[in-house]
Amino acid sequence: MSALLKHRLTWPVLALVLLLLLNQLFRADFLSVRVQDGHLYGSLIDILRNGAPTILIALGMTLVIASRGIDLSVGAVAAIAGAVSCMYIYSSPDPTSLQTAATGVAIAVVAGLLLGAWNGFLVSVIGIQPIIATLVLMTAGRGLAQLVTDGQIISVSNDSYQAIGAGFFLGLPISILIAAAAFGAAGLLTRRTALGTLIEAVGINPVASRLAGLDARTITWTVYIFSGLCAAVAGLMISSNVTAADSNNAGLYIEMDAILAVVIGGTSLAGGRYSLVGTLVGALIIQTLTTTVYTLGIPPEATLVFKALVVIIVCLLQSPRARTLFGRRRPPVTAQPRVEVAA
Amino acid sequence: MSVLTRTSAPLGRSRIGSLQSKARYAPTLATVGLFVAMFAVGAAMYPGFLSGQVFLNLLIDNTFLIVLAVGMTFVILTGGIDLSVGSVVALSMMIAAALLQAGWSPVAVILLVLLTGATFGLAMGLVIQVFEIQPFIVTLAGLFLARGLCYVISVDSITVTDPFFTSMAQARIPLAGKLFVSPGVLIALLVVAVAFYVLHQTRFGRTVYAIGGGESSAVLMGLAVPRTKVLVYGISGVCSAIAGILFSFYSLSGYSLAATGLELDAIAAVVVGGTLLTGGYGYVLGSLAGVLVLGIVQTFISYEGTLSSWWTRIVIGALLLAFILLQKLFTRKVGLT
Repeated sequence: MSALLKHRLTWPVLALVLLLLLNQLFRADFLSVRVQDGHLYGSLIDILRNGAPTILIALGMTLVIASRGIDLSVGAVAAIAGAVSCMYIYSSPDPTSLQTAATGVAIAVVAGLLLGAWNGFLVSVIGIQPIIATLVLMTAGRGLAQLVTDGQIISVSNDSYQAIGAGFFLGLPISILIAAAAFGAAGLLTRRTALGTLIEAVGINPVASRLAGLDARTITWTVYIFSGLCAAVAGLMISSNVTAADSNNAGLYIEMDAILAVVIGGTSLAGGRYSLVGTLVGALIIQTLTTTVYTLGIPPEATLVFKALVVIIVCLLQSPRARTLFGRRRPPVTAQPRVEVAA
Repeated sequence: MSVLTRTSAPLGRSRIGSLQSKARYAPTLATVGLFVAMFAVGAAMYPGFLSGQVFLNLLIDNTFLIVLAVGMTFVILTGGIDLSVGSVVALSMMIAAALLQAGWSPVAVILLVLLTGATFGLAMGLVIQVFEIQPFIVTLAGLFLARGLCYVISVDSITVTDPFFTSMAQARIPLAGKLFVSPGVLIALLVVAVAFYVLHQTRFGRTVYAIGGGESSAVLMGLAVPRTKVLVYGISGVCSAIAGILFSFYSLSGYSLAATGLELDAIAAVVVGGTLLTGGYGYVLGSLAGVLVLGIVQTFISYEGTLSSWWTRIVIGALLLAFILLQKLFTRKVGLT
């Protein structure tokens, strides 16, 4: 029992369950999932579907943070991905075909990989602090996205493209399936191979891991490329869901949501230790929180206040100082040498 | 990230000293040089660019950014970062607009806004210091909280009709010739002057630099590290509140979405101004120059009618990168960081 209480996923999961129950109190049909036209419908499915882009971006962010980095550019990368794919589909001679949609998606994915590689280059080769290196793309990225779309909101009508964000497969939203597949793949890669341990090693001490014979540079580079890829696919989901590329607002503040999801999930911002399942729970908490605000009839604008309060509370609970103050006898696991990731 | 930089071979003490004193001013001087060069290029390209008023307009249009950059300079000098400033600006504007609409006197409103900004900043500083949470995540929460509170006050834009605020918005202080500035410019420059004095002439200022240079050494020297670290966030909060009031003078309204992303501009201005993001090195006058460089980018784009506004973001991003690389070059040469 005490082992269960100390497990780092206990509190996040408990918070999620409480949030869901709170919703159920106010709306009797909240937890029910029904089948309609062979598709699953219900608030739970909505939470998953609306949360899919955040879940995906938070997945990439987790690995970046595990390597003691941070990626602020994900929102901008998502906007660029939506912009390039929609622009390609919009200007192609056959804007409704499957092949056009596939090419558009491929272009966006390549763009995401390249932008991730750019961040990785600045961090691992040039040696700029991650928060600053990715700040460059965060600042310039939306400008680039607007450059691609010429400042317009580009609408496309392509059924195959629309399916990414709004379609169903085997009764489940495709965006959820994509996010789940990405999670599964990342989980297998990092936990069944040594990759996860290597990332943690770099996060704990890049110099020591290099001296121990690890190719720290390549590992750092890889996590940023993966983060760029996740952001690009999330950008595709967002733009496909509204069948348009809105360079100004697509993925706005999503980097914040992703970082919060990672932190709520128990991953330390100091690097070296991460939990993919924790991130998943964290992302679900954030999305459920948004839904709860609607359910309770609070003006949706107040969501940000709630998110802020949740972050503050979670951070306080996780801080080593708070743990000593509240009299934990075991030395806190997160009390690593304090390193200012944030510069 | 000191761990990523190779420490250079030990140099003679005097050699390090001379290199450092050169390197110390180099990024800031580069910024001033860049500004002069851009002004010269503008003058060559566009008729009417080379005028005192174009320069003064840079100040008039960026009063709030100057004040924000000053507060951000303090925070970054200690090795921290404050992501909440844009939201606190918006919150200050909302509070001011709502209270003025409710019939409060402008003096009371301004005092209350300043107090709110100070409290907000100090609270974040306390959380950072007492609970040892990274500044980045605490101020991120601050960003959300302040922006959310804006929406709680009002979702719609509130117009400011108070006679004092409108008079401040329209006032023109004539200078020599036909030149003029707005009252906001004087306030902003006063903030710069005070910050300059505090950073370079007081014990508090030296402690700020010492913390950025090496927090544990500063502690060992017996400096008031915790107090100073909390206070810099308080200063940044007050600066955000002042910036909010200046922005109200400028726009005569309060709107929840105002000043979105302004924190990025403030950080960019500080970095372009030559302040080292790892802390310890930098000048508040450099940040002023940084704001002017960002401002002149905007002026260029408005003069060049064919360029669209999004080029501003791209150019600012490129400048940011260029100056980070420049810093990297200088810090590596001298083996600082």
